[in-house]
Amino acid sequence: MQSSLPENLIKIENNLKSLTRTRSIYSFLSIAALIAVIYSGLIVAETGNATSIWVGLPKFFDYPVDLFVGSWEYGYRWNLLLLEYLPDLISTINMALFSTAMGTLLAFFLSIFSSRNLIKSKTTVLIFRRIMDICRSFPELVIALVLLYLLGKSALPAVIAIIIHTAGALGKLFSEAIENVDKNPIEGLESCGASWFTRIRFGVVTQALPLFLTYTILRFEINIRASTILGFVGAGGIGEQLYTNIQWKYEADTIAIMFLLVSTIITLDYLSSYWRKSLIGLKS
Amino acid sequence: MNRSEIIKNYSDIVVTKFSSKMWSTFLVLGIIVYLIIAILSLDIFQIHKKWSPERASLFALDTYAHKDHVTMKWSEPDDIIISFEGSRWSQYVGPYQKSDGLPERYPEWTSIGPEGETKISFKNGGFANLYDDKVTIENWPDTKETLVFRLDAQGKPYVENVDNLPKWIRVTENKIEVRPSLYERVQVYSKKVEVHRYNLGWNYFWFDFDSPLEPYGIWNAISLSFSGDRVDPNISNFSLLIQEFLNNDMWHHGQILWALLETIFMALLGTLLAALLGFPLAFFAAYNVTPFKFVRTILRRLFDTLRGIDFLIWSLIFLRAFGPGPFTGIFAIAITDTGTLGKLMSEAIENTEEKQQEGVESTGANKTLQHRFGIIPQILPIFISQTLYYLESNTRGAVIIGAMGAGGIGLQLLGAINTGTSWENVMYMSLLILGVVIFMDTMSAKVRRALIGDETLGAELQLAKMAKK
Repeated sequence: MQSSLPENLIKIENNLKSLTRTRSIYSFLSIAALIAVIYSGLIVAETGNATSIWVGLPKFFDYPVDLFVGSWEYGYRWNLLLLEYLPDLISTINMALFSTAMGTLLAFFLSIFSSRNLIKSKTTVLIFRRIMDICRSFPELVIALVLLYLLGKSALPAVIAIIIHTAGALGKLFSEAIENVDKNPIEGLESCGASWFTRIRFGVVTQALPLFLTYTILRFEINIRASTILGFVGAGGIGEQLYTNIQWKYEADTIAIMFLLVSTIITLDYLSSYWRKSLIGLKS
Repeated sequence: MNRSEIIKNYSDIVVTKFSSKMWSTFLVLGIIVYLIIAILSLDIFQIHKKWSPERASLFALDTYAHKDHVTMKWSEPDDIIISFEGSRWSQYVGPYQKSDGLPERYPEWTSIGPEGETKISFKNGGFANLYDDKVTIENWPDTKETLVFRLDAQGKPYVENVDNLPKWIRVTENKIEVRPSLYERVQVYSKKVEVHRYNLGWNYFWFDFDSPLEPYGIWNAISLSFSGDRVDPNISNFSLLIQEFLNNDMWHHGQILWALLETIFMALLGTLLAALLGFPLAFFAAYNVTPFKFVRTILRRLFDTLRGIDFLIWSLIFLRAFGPGPFTGIFAIAITDTGTLGKLMSEAIENTEEKQQEGVESTGANKTLQHRFGIIPQILPIFISQTLYYLESNTRGAVIIGAMGAGGIGLQLLGAINTGTSWENVMYMSLLILGVVIFMDTMSAKVRRALIGDETLGAELQLAKMAKK
């Protein structure tokens, strides 16, 4: 017994050593890969960029300083600018809210048909999943640009683009949520003869609703940002105002719009993270 | 048990208060009212006025088909130009003299008729014939008789002696348009005649019109590149293949692929930088690692500000500093996501279990080692999965930043859409973007599934899962 113990220990020791060696080889390789990626990426960036990084970095504060100086010179009437651009902000929020609502509705239907525990046919599930993948993968901007060209400049193309993207993105999350629900309530309902719709209404939706709401609130926050960006390419709202004012070099207006935007986003961020946490029970 | 007894015995389950019973109804009502207002305010019902299916179907056609133009000016009926997509740079034959006969490079669907007219044959079996003083179409569907278009004394086009024109011929004051289907079109103006002949597919995708490899086609060109005979004596076939493909004048493969690479690197480097910055900062913002409330508060507010100033505004600021190019995108993404990842990770660190840290402490390890072996193994899966998730969404973001002016595929796409004619290029770039995004999505989902067993859990849910453990 005593003679076998050191032998075992030596075995363990050797094992440990070889493990450590493999491990350090792996970490070395991954660090090397990381450095290679960063280095080659910086080369690509340096070639593609108009200004080299060393010229650009010191100029970083130029624009913010310009903006603040410009709006300081504008004087105390700057506050009124906030009021002036409020309607645009509201129209952007309206765009985001409407497209989130519509997108969520679409996503709900898509997700039901792409959940394996609700639909027996594998082909249906597969087809609906691919539809959602494609909806999700297109950046909103691409759809919006094409639609803007076809429909002319208005909020509508942006709304449609965001609806499509939201339907895809939320649909996937929703269907994962549906597939993760507890099977027992559904089986219970089935055993007392409930129809497919009733099973979904009382067996699935009741369980998955908190998750649905969580994801929807998060999406709404994302969509506000998206509809601002789409304003840049002609969808109206505060994004378009920001773009014009930057082009015209109206510093005070630019700052006012940025202020409105940032405060909206931060407020929403706080609200949504509070709601989300209380919905999934992270807040006691 | 009657109703009042039930209510009394199960007061915690049975809802009797009117307000709590009705709030969901009011919520639904409110949503419906809002939707009505929004539909009215967003002019949803105006959509049919702006939407012209004809125009849209033309654009759609342009994404998957190409067309050849045949143009004849009435003033110089001898000079007929046949070109690909009507471009000056891709003419099958320049102006040629009919009397000289057909030049060498000539599409097989054209021929010279008995009276010296140029005959263009279409896929529907019909012909369009260009004479010196008239244009005729023969053997087209619905009408078997030959229609003749001429110019009247005022120089306006008209259709000769026909009682009932087919529906697909539109005659206006200055133009006759013949378009029985999307694939063929004859336009007679007072100055010129233009014939469009559509074909399916992306023509000249591999090699452009003037390329020496064009006559070979892609497969023959590839097999040529491994055999001896040089097409161009100065350069090996393989390098010629690569060079001609990348310098394709119609599809700009080299330019577009480079732009795609820029976009990918924007997302990749931006996310990496954010991860490298956010990870250490998160430790300083977590209360179980950093005892100084002052530092924590400052970092927390910093994260909020970085995240709150949207990447749109960041990219505008960086655009001024770096000009158009990938750096703008890289830094905009890096700064925004430093805030996001920093916040998420600091919350994750605060949610870790203390026991493991205590275990490491009991071996006499110092604080750094305690964090290294007590905390990092717990949060690493969340960190990697979140970083991968942001990598995927940043790929889309990089396309958008690109279109704002940072360059890359986004800017190329914006340019192609704004020309309004190269829809096949728009389609090509969209498919490339779609491919890259789906690739990133699948890869990151796979890695996330391997790491945490669940690919979709958002950050909050992962935190909740941690907290419940």
